[in-house]
Amino acid sequence: MPRKSTGVIKRRPLLLFAAPALVVYGVCFVIPTFQALFYSLFSWEGPGGEDRVFIDIENYKTKLFDDTMFKTSVGVTLKFMFLVVIFQTLVALLFSLKLVKDTKPTIFLRALYFFPTILSSTAVAFIWNFIYDPSDAGLVSGILRSLGIDYRPAFLASPNTALWCLIFTQVWFHAGQMMVVFVAGLQGIPKDFTEAASIDGATKWQTFRKVTWPLLGPATGIVVAYTTLQSFRAFDLVYVMTQGGPGDSNATRLLSYHIVQTAFGSRAFGEAAAESVVFMALIALVTFLQRRVLKVMGADVKGHN
Amino acid sequence: MSAGSQAITGRNPITGSEIGNRAMLTVLALLIALPCVVVLFSTFKSQGDIIRNPISPPVPTRNVVLPESCLAADALGSKRGSECVQTPNVQGYRDANEAHILRSFKNSLLVVSGSVFLTLLFSAMTAFAVTRIGGATAGALFGLFTLGMAVPSQVNGITQYAMFSKLHLTNSLLGLVIVNIAATLPVSVFILTGFMRTLPKELFEAAVVDGAGNWTLFRKVVVPLSVPSLAAVGIFLLVMHWNDLWYPYLFITDPEKYTLPRTLAEFKGEFSTNYAALFAGVAIASAPLVLAYVFLQRWFIAGLTSGAVKG
Repeated sequence: MPRKSTGVIKRRPLLLFAAPALVVYGVCFVIPTFQALFYSLFSWEGPGGEDRVFIDIENYKTKLFDDTMFKTSVGVTLKFMFLVVIFQTLVALLFSLKLVKDTKPTIFLRALYFFPTILSSTAVAFIWNFIYDPSDAGLVSGILRSLGIDYRPAFLASPNTALWCLIFTQVWFHAGQMMVVFVAGLQGIPKDFTEAASIDGATKWQTFRKVTWPLLGPATGIVVAYTTLQSFRAFDLVYVMTQGGPGDSNATRLLSYHIVQTAFGSRAFGEAAAESVVFMALIALVTFLQRRVLKVMGADVKGHN
Repeated sequence: MSAGSQAITGRNPITGSEIGNRAMLTVLALLIALPCVVVLFSTFKSQGDIIRNPISPPVPTRNVVLPESCLAADALGSKRGSECVQTPNVQGYRDANEAHILRSFKNSLLVVSGSVFLTLLFSAMTAFAVTRIGGATAGALFGLFTLGMAVPSQVNGITQYAMFSKLHLTNSLLGLVIVNIAATLPVSVFILTGFMRTLPKELFEAAVVDGAGNWTLFRKVVVPLSVPSLAAVGIFLLVMHWNDLWYPYLFITDPEKYTLPRTLAEFKGEFSTNYAALFAGVAIASAPLVLAYVFLQRWFIAGLTSGAVKG
């Protein structure tokens, strides 16, 4: 018979276990996050620059009303996020429906589709720079030429297509990872549910719409939320592939790239801090809205267990 | 097995929609495999062959006449470049080596092993504390860490740079390790706490009755039982940190301290037209994780997906 434990758990020694993490996280993560709010109220060149000057909410006024490049950047970021979420979710969902069963070919294909996830974004950026290269050395140009087609798509070299090329690369990079999340979700749906629907005479689409999609809600929620955050983080692709351009077009100037340029290029840390705060608010707002949209679309993101 | 049951359980005849499915799956497979294979092939090819035969394997080509300039005495030095070599060759790897890719490889090994080990240790200890303390304290502790998952490092990177710069921790591998730990503690604490909460309570109580202190309980009971989830988080952290460009880009300006992705990013300017060298860099930087992935696919997929699911 188990005896009741006599010792009351002592709080202090247990909290000591969390101490190293608390110190590192508190000092190097929590404080800097709040410092952004503080610095955003100053005019400041950054570390090593002249003393900072308190200017109240002037940075925010500038950013929200006057700074056209910042506003362009917000627009580009939202467009990139929105399109990546749509395409990545659709691609991942469509392919996961074909890869639910655990057979040798499906396991192999899932592993292959997942493969880009383990590459660094710098490597992925170089691979796609090569594919999109409009010169003789580019992969698409080369293949078209060897097929006898004398046409070189501009890809990253045109402001009209550059962002789409980045979106395509981003989806190529991460769709396999989201497929795995959907497959796990699909495998968690009891077979009886879909079988019952088809016995009742439901078409494939009806079964998907009325049974699979609602039950897949938690997986969809994860995929959409993760893809969103991932798209907001996409700095490396822009830095290596387009530097925000082509040229001065700002066609691919994502906020993550723009904020770094404000801080280090223009030596305006105060402004960069204000931009970071707006960025954070934007992320929170988008996340909130997405949950509402998914709910309206019938996907129960909170889960059914 | 009778012929009748064979007909039922055996392969269905291939239908139209099945052909569509297979075509779709094949196209994506090619879209992923082809660029990777072409890039690997190109590391062994001459510049001429990369342009003339973009998707061919690196086999010797006939009738290649090297440009006149390659015959000049100064072109025979170590920096001949890939236009002066025949396919197959390892000139790309030589060029990458001269751009100090191996030095950055060593830096990456140091930073990543330190970051992964310490993040795992600190987050496992925190998860243990959260699981054992219980009540409001545990809730507050857990909440504090998990809130951090909503803040991408692209939001607080600038102010982190300002702080680390003041502490003289920029241009330092130690600084990179510290900021890596801070950035990935939230997701690791979240996953590990989720796991440790599923461990049976009796286990802890039995150990306490036996007179084991918390440290012994953690080291001898909780850590060994948590190996699967520690491995999953460890792989997630390994891939994150090995591939990270963001913090090395912000924090490191001294080439001696560059990590692999940072050095690789510099290749763009250095080897803008030398694809063999550029891709040799890509191959070297990707090789460790690609090799590990070949043998440990399941672990990688599970680990990286746990990161996605929770992060």
